[in-house]
Amino acid sequence: MKAAVIVFPASNCDRDLKVALAQAMGRDPDMVWHGDSELPETDLIAIPGGFSYGDYLRAGAMAANSPIMREVVKKAQAGTPVLAICNGFQIATETGMLPGALLRNAGQKFVCRDVDLLITARNERFVGGFEQGEVVRFPVAHHDGNYYADEETLHELEGEGQVAFKYASAEGELTDAANPNGSLNNIAGIYNKAGNVLGLMPHPERLISEELGGTDGKRFFDHLVNSIV
Amino acid sequence: MKARVYISLKNGVLDPQGKAISHSLQGLGFKNVLDARQGKTIDLDLKDMDRAAAEAEVEKMCQQLLANTVIENYTIEMLD
Repeated sequence: MKAAVIVFPASNCDRDLKVALAQAMGRDPDMVWHGDSELPETDLIAIPGGFSYGDYLRAGAMAANSPIMREVVKKAQAGTPVLAICNGFQIATETGMLPGALLRNAGQKFVCRDVDLLITARNERFVGGFEQGEVVRFPVAHHDGNYYADEETLHELEGEGQVAFKYASAEGELTDAANPNGSLNNIAGIYNKAGNVLGLMPHPERLISEELGGTDGKRFFDHLVNSIV
Repeated sequence: MKARVYISLKNGVLDPQGKAISHSLQGLGFKNVLDARQGKTIDLDLKDMDRAAAEAEVEKMCQQLLANTVIENYTIEMLD
């Protein structure tokens, strides 16, 4: 299996993502610079976290218009799986690959901590390694993670099983206290209609070994790689 | 030719910065403040060109980059 990690100026989770993918795949992913206009042949595209272009204008706005993203959008439309984490999620919404937008956190503060997440929809490729209704723990680290979509879009996301993860208590309850950023309906991650693009604010690549504090991220990547191979 | 683009969050979209501003103003004793919304302006310096064509081009810029129409409204003002 081959994977490509897109690297923007001020991406800062690209190497974490490389380590997580390499651990699961047994080989390094290709690191692809934002200014490139061609993608190498790949079975998975990963858009990492960070502060691409310094979050100028809006988080992800500049990166969404970089040359490589035109290719990423084309590949996504053709069915290539895309994993968009944190700033990657913001970029994916800015390109229109995913609906809605990520606003400034409701509490105004940068939030950096582990969160519990309820797996809310079936998607064999991305979360087939978990049970639906299972609670997993990934860290969040963001200032603009407050998911917003208009009512009609929210209704569609919920109705079509496009909500991937919701912020929850350790017991899986969708409480306000468990919501770190004010996201509507506690939404932490969503799929596109076709189910081949996943965007999420939490960072599975940061919990891939006991030494780092947990292995839910390792389970996520191991399954993702197995399902693509 | 100059153009000014005003960008604001749509009604109903939470604006935590605007909320903080209104709370601060109220805390300073400006009791008449009911709410505040924060936006931004972008001033563009354009080549001399036909005014209508320039406005149409700025409109495209707003759609493609300057505003995210999922959450933001924009208005364009041609300045000269």
